[in-house]
Amino acid sequence: MIAILDYGSGNLRSAQRACEETSHEVVITSDAEVALKADGLVVPGVGAFGACMEGLLSINGDEIIRARAQAKRKTLGICVGMQILFDESEESYKNRTPQGLGIAPGKVVKIDAPVVPHIGWNTVESPEGSTLFKGIESERFYFVHSYAALSTSTEYTTTTASYGQEFIAAIESTTVSAVQFHPEKSGAAGLRLIKNWANSL
Amino acid sequence: MTLATRVIPCLDVSAGRVVKGINFLNLIDAGDPVEMARIYFEEGADELTFLDITASSEGRSTTLDVVRRTADQVFIPLTVGGGISSSDDVNQLLRAGADKVSVNTAAIKNPTLLNDISERFGNQVLVISIDAKRGRTASGFEVTTHGGRTNTGIDALSWIEESIARGVGEILLNSMDMDGTRAGYDLELIRKVREISSVPVIASGGAGDLDDFGRAIESGADALLAASVFHFGIYRIAEIKRDLARKGFVVRDNNSIREN
Repeated sequence: MIAILDYGSGNLRSAQRACEETSHEVVITSDAEVALKADGLVVPGVGAFGACMEGLLSINGDEIIRARAQAKRKTLGICVGMQILFDESEESYKNRTPQGLGIAPGKVVKIDAPVVPHIGWNTVESPEGSTLFKGIESERFYFVHSYAALSTSTEYTTTTASYGQEFIAAIESTTVSAVQFHPEKSGAAGLRLIKNWANSL
Repeated sequence: MTLATRVIPCLDVSAGRVVKGINFLNLIDAGDPVEMARIYFEEGADELTFLDITASSEGRSTTLDVVRRTADQVFIPLTVGGGISSSDDVNQLLRAGADKVSVNTAAIKNPTLLNDISERFGNQVLVISIDAKRGRTASGFEVTTHGGRTNTGIDALSWIEESIARGVGEILLNSMDMDGTRAGYDLELIRKVREISSVPVIASGGAGDLDDFGRAIESGADALLAASVFHFGIYRIAEIKRDLARKGFVVRDNNSIREN
């Protein structure tokens, strides 16, 4: 079973529908027990980093994500759902620098490009051995964001994309994976990525 | 530059039905926006835009249902415009499955609406739709309403700068001089807006010939929106993208993935 974590952020319906294209049962939940026990947990996220963190903390989502990693259960973060795994973001919220979960070392910064947000279909560079991008290495994925992480620890298999500068498009470990783009909005390539992840559960 | 230029079909929807150009596709239900959206998705559209021209409030709930059913079947971004006058309207559309909303007249009447929406949902959901027409304002382009029939006296370029400052993440730039003429996008308008805009610009109005799309990209468009060339079957989406690729423009090829 795949659980989509509902903490008041974003278009959960599209994430749910995309996950339903796999052979797994899909539920949307904010219940810690359900989110902990699910074979796979999807953490979506749109809007401001700080607002997403507030929502996440309000349902103890930080503890859920950490406990799942401890228990070797897989989690997939999407867009800001990826950013909040990092240490902190430059995206000021209520006049403060919001802190993330620190599961992936590194800082989320404003993209340095002439036209921001980065909106549209871009290519990625994924390393050999990537589970998420197996068979779709040369496809385009739909990005919409103004901030991104530029580097993280080598314990993660890291896929990059380039827009004005190189940034992290995806990270993968045995338990926690995440993508900066929207697989649920990336057509057949995105559905395939979600299937690749679901098949690893 | 590896980002692909997006090709975006726009559907005019009234009370849950497509109101233009329903004659060319061999559809089971020719006026169903959901089925048309699915066909455009399969043909390689990079995004979809619904323009809700429903007059009545009963029709608005039908629109939400159309958005829901479309988002259930179509795995590309969906923008919905028309009749949005509060951040609660935006919330309803996003919860139904829309990814972005475009705001036009309501923002001219109440510019703080743009701040309200972007502060609540982020600037990536907010598109400002501008109906620009050649006029006597400073840049030579004026903001109009009511399908270009009403002049506002507002300069299009200064309104764009103000909108960006208020938090919009993208500009849907409609040329009311070219709209419906199929004589080409207004390239001068695109160039002028590209020069001052720090956010992506979607060109709209006037596409009629295959060469028009590349010209708009060369003038600075980040995405190309069109309605009638698609609805009347003059060009299929795949045909436009193939032609652009042949001319060296970067587009998304969605045909390489097969189910396995």
